[in-house]
Amino acid sequence: MRLQKPGRWCVPALLWWLFPSPLFAVEGVDSQINEAIKPWADAVSGFVFSSFPVAGVDIPFVLVWLIFAAIFFTFYFRFINVRAFRHGFELVRGDYSDPLAAGEVSHFQALTTALSGTVGLGNIAGVAVAVSLGGPGATFWMILAGLLGMSSKFVECTLGVKYRNEYTDGTVSGGPMYYLSKGLAERSDKLRTLGRVLAVLFAIFCVGGSFGGGNMFQANQSFMQVLAVTGGEASWLAGKGWLFGIVVALLVGLVIIGGIQGIARVTSRIVPVMALVYVLAGLVVIFMHLGEVPAAIASILSGAFSPEGVAGGVVGVLFQGFKRAAFSNEAGIGSAAIAHSAVRTSRPVTEGFVALYEPFVDTVVVCTITALVIVITGSWNPAVDPGQGVALTSAAFESTISWFPWVLTVAVVLFAFSTMVSWSYYGLKAWTYLFGESVITDAIYKFLFLVFIVLGSSMQLGSVIDFSDAMIFAMAFPNILGIYFLLPVVKKELDSYWADYKQGRLQKFGKAAMRERMTRVKS
Amino acid sequence: MSKVLLVGVDCSDCSNRALDYAAKGAEKSKLQLIVVHVIDWSPFTFSTPKENEARHQRREEELERAHKEIVDPVVSELRKQGHYARGVVRHGHPAETINAVAKEFGATNVIIGKTGSSRLKTQLFGSVANTLVQICELPVTVVP
Repeated sequence: MRLQKPGRWCVPALLWWLFPSPLFAVEGVDSQINEAIKPWADAVSGFVFSSFPVAGVDIPFVLVWLIFAAIFFTFYFRFINVRAFRHGFELVRGDYSDPLAAGEVSHFQALTTALSGTVGLGNIAGVAVAVSLGGPGATFWMILAGLLGMSSKFVECTLGVKYRNEYTDGTVSGGPMYYLSKGLAERSDKLRTLGRVLAVLFAIFCVGGSFGGGNMFQANQSFMQVLAVTGGEASWLAGKGWLFGIVVALLVGLVIIGGIQGIARVTSRIVPVMALVYVLAGLVVIFMHLGEVPAAIASILSGAFSPEGVAGGVVGVLFQGFKRAAFSNEAGIGSAAIAHSAVRTSRPVTEGFVALYEPFVDTVVVCTITALVIVITGSWNPAVDPGQGVALTSAAFESTISWFPWVLTVAVVLFAFSTMVSWSYYGLKAWTYLFGESVITDAIYKFLFLVFIVLGSSMQLGSVIDFSDAMIFAMAFPNILGIYFLLPVVKKELDSYWADYKQGRLQKFGKAAMRERMTRVKS
Repeated sequence: MSKVLLVGVDCSDCSNRALDYAAKGAEKSKLQLIVVHVIDWSPFTFSTPKENEARHQRREEELERAHKEIVDPVVSELRKQGHYARGVVRHGHPAETINAVAKEFGATNVIIGKTGSSRLKTQLFGSVANTLVQICELPVTVVP
């Protein structure tokens, strides 16, 4: 921590060293960066998305991996996503929170912290890409993927809390790194090595994901939106992505290197408000086109099963919907388990129930609103360039609320910022798992993180999107493989808790206890 | 059975007045005094992952500080005066928590000071005394 002060100066200095010529060769910087990084990005995404053809569409194996796991978990835990939905809400509401433990991280706080990492540009830009490429029907598959993803989140977050590390100073650290290594070692000695390998692999991909989807994609798309509202190609900012990147990197740097938690705290309070504004604006647009809603729903349903003009037919639509849902809610990816594991509870499975709400809010609510707005306003267009993600959503809102793109710009930049701060935390946790905790390893990671912000806003979307997808999805391989071995552990936790819950052995507190007493008196 | 009085304190002047008032009452009729300090906290706020990570530790620190700086000096002073006194520090909504602690310790009366802030301030931010009078299930004495 002593190095913090010099660190604050190092970053701008190093950025200057990395990009020595912007003042002299402004025009070429963006394309130079793009040219240099593109082959690497393409190679990485090519490997992760190795695919096999189904019905004329190349289906990446990783997607099948994620969907199969989500379906399997849903059946294995007998539709936990449906049957624990209500209880999850009671837990978030604090019905079962002992007032003597007040002051600890609550279920609500763990959930909203995790949500601020997931509600990001995936919900705005990603959905636009899905609907453009897959047609309205992609919405249906996206919602289904969101519902199934709830089961994956349940498993991850339960394990995240169960196997977290609690240090002597009272801080906690959790996530797939810990449940993969500790959990598998606990299962049997033979699995110990596998657990270690998976944990290390996960940590490597997580660091990559924090540079990709958690960073470059966010930086890139927020720059696109800022560029669009300031005049597009004619904007003063055109071709100056690197400049935008440096400004954002400085702000993020103030939080993660300068330790100015104030900025992070302010965003953590504004972001939920922006999310609410976004959802409300979406509802306003839907309401103003109320007459077209039945037709839109019909086109979503018919498009899901018999799409017209979509490459690959049903498989193609399904692929687009599932892919964007997975990218947005990160179920099965393992990232959220890191945020959820800070909660204070003696029953890890309770955090799993709470985590059900993450894909629900993220995908079933927010993504669906974006999709409906795009479908209803007829803004989707199969011929559109997939790189225009956020611009398409912006145009859809603009067609009804002319000034909304400005609000959207603020929302986009804030979402991107909070997602970046969250992911820098996830990435750093994985990084320190790999390299140990020290001031120097910390500083190296944070510096790299900032460099990737600049890279992300300078590159063109195509390669950025591929690279970010690749890094984030790669995390699902070690994570889900390890989870299969740990399912009996979760099952045991769940069964004993569920029996207690059903037989009323769990103590309720405060208003909830009062309500219960009242109903008992009445009956 | 002796009577139990609960006194809400923060570090301001008004809670000292409430304490004096309570101590006088205790002198007359052998009462037990429960000195409560509530750290304003809500489970429904938004926080960052970094804050969450260290929350448990921070909570311990907050409790320790409140005991050391606010409650313990008062309790030991009361004991010196010959009263039976006990200190409690909790996190939560101030008025609701005072009410809950009062019931928990079987108090018969709650005593609290009022800050005497302006009408506008009270309108905007509310006041612990006002809320407590509204929600408390025991008689409340507000000491001016």
